[in-house]
Amino acid sequence: MQPRRDGAPETRKTMLADFDLVIPANLTQALQILSEDATRNGHDAMPLAGGTNLLVDIRARRAAPKRLIALGKLDELRGTTIDNGRVIVGGRTTLTDVLRAPRMAEHAPSLVQSARVFGGQMVRNSATVAGNLCYGSPAADTVPPLLSLNAELTLASQAGRRVVPLNDFFLGYKQNVRRHDELVTEITWPLPPSNSANLFYKLARRKGDAITVVGLAVTLVVESGKCSCVRIALGAVAPVIKRALAAEAMLIDQALTPTLIDAAAGQAVEACEPIDDARASAEYRCHGVYVLTRRLLTQAWERLS
Amino acid sequence: MAEKKLIALEINGRRLEASVPPNQTLLESLRELGYFEVKSGCEKGDCGACAVLVDGEAIDSCLTLTWTVEGRRLTTVAGLGSGEHLHPLQTAFIEHGAIQCGYCTPGLIIAAQSMLDTTPNPNDEDIRLALSGNLCRCTGYTKVFAAVRDAAAVMREGKRSG
Ligand SMILES: Cc1cc2nc3c(=O)[nH]c(=O)nc-3n(C[C@H](O)[C@H](O)[C@H](O)COP(=O)(O)OP(=O)(O)OC[C@H]3O[C@@H](n4cnc5c(N)ncnc54)[C@H](O)[C@@H]3O)c2cc1C
Repeated sequence: MQPRRDGAPETRKTMLADFDLVIPANLTQALQILSEDATRNGHDAMPLAGGTNLLVDIRARRAAPKRLIALGKLDELRGTTIDNGRVIVGGRTTLTDVLRAPRMAEHAPSLVQSARVFGGQMVRNSATVAGNLCYGSPAADTVPPLLSLNAELTLASQAGRRVVPLNDFFLGYKQNVRRHDELVTEITWPLPPSNSANLFYKLARRKGDAITVVGLAVTLVVESGKCSCVRIALGAVAPVIKRALAAEAMLIDQALTPTLIDAAAGQAVEACEPIDDARASAEYRCHGVYVLTRRLLTQAWERLS
Repeated sequence: MAEKKLIALEINGRRLEASVPPNQTLLESLRELGYFEVKSGCEKGDCGACAVLVDGEAIDSCLTLTWTVEGRRLTTVAGLGSGEHLHPLQTAFIEHGAIQCGYCTPGLIIAAQSMLDTTPNPNDEDIRLALSGNLCRCTGYTKVFAAVRDAAAVMREGKRSG
């Protein structure tokens, strides 16, 4: 280390508490390290992707892992492809990668919309989609879009792979079904049919770099003048991001009318268990869900009929 | 204490080695190495004062571990131009007076450069979303946006003629 130019002594406390860092060269190595860690060390290691949640938590002393397994060299998990009618996003793909992926705006309009208003540019360049899912914030911006697209995750460990629908991934507030020896290697969803609309709106204090007050995603598929598929996903209004199943059920096999849309929006509010916090009151969040459900369903229906 | 490791870094075209502990952020390393143009603000990704380019892409150096950027190309605001030949963004910021105390300026210029790399002809929405992770607490963003628009035009012109 060079002496400081200003000659000041290096007495400053380090930003982050002590931990060890391992940088595996590929997925096989990473899974091996996680597997050994799970059996031997009582799983005190954590995967590190973009670090935009994890390093903030370590800095705030909210997390204190003994070891970080950096995923930065796992190029095999980076990027997006289409295979067998499904869109595949690798487990190391950043929000910026999603924005730059060709034709993603057709393959996941809601996800692209959420990526545009996700954090600021520096955060988007580092943050990964998988990290957003695994951290499991109730305000995570990629979750409503991916729920509305019926996405699935592939979890890989040395023991093998399993596929989990995103709908079944979350168990509770910041809790999910991932085992400590597993990594999210892929996020996939079926290519949306041409007779579908997929929309997302982030309600927040401002467009960029703000924590979501309500995040709402809608998918509508219309066949012969009726809804053959309806998905409405509600973000930031409950401990876990979820679908408004009862509201969806009201619309299936129906031709949408303003009255029906209004009733479904009211039903979506019933699914909310929001908190009051500095960003918004519970009442405001419920009203946000009502207004946004109505607005996005109306837009989707008008686009398709 | 976790062990330090000798890490090879390339900063503003200069190669050097530094002995770095695993929990050191790139922000800490750069300032220890004397790159004081990289500013420390919130230290949690909110303010953008510590932004640097890694292989041309802006990241917050406070949320990046130094070990993970070994072998990558790092650029600070001082590496974009030189004292005599300023970068078009640097010139435009001065000409528009897009600077008050100057603390946010290095990060703003780095973020703008990163955007212009892939979006050479940005509209106002592009500029806003690219700079939304950079906080200026002195004044506002009007002059900053004007400077970025101007620099973008100069850079496009430079590409055409150069
Ligand atoms: C200033 C700022 C603004 C932000 N704005 C937004 C925003 O607008 N919207 C939003 O939703 N979030 C936002 N965030 C939160 C954060 O950026 C996202 O949640 C991000 O997607 C996390 O991804 P990461 O790659 O940085 O994850 P990391 O911080 O590296 O990891 C997060 C968690 O996921 C685990 N993990 C990561 N990758 C994997 C994997 N492949 N397999 C298994 N586990 C894994 C880690 O172990 C850790 O527990 C913001 C954060 C900051 C600092």
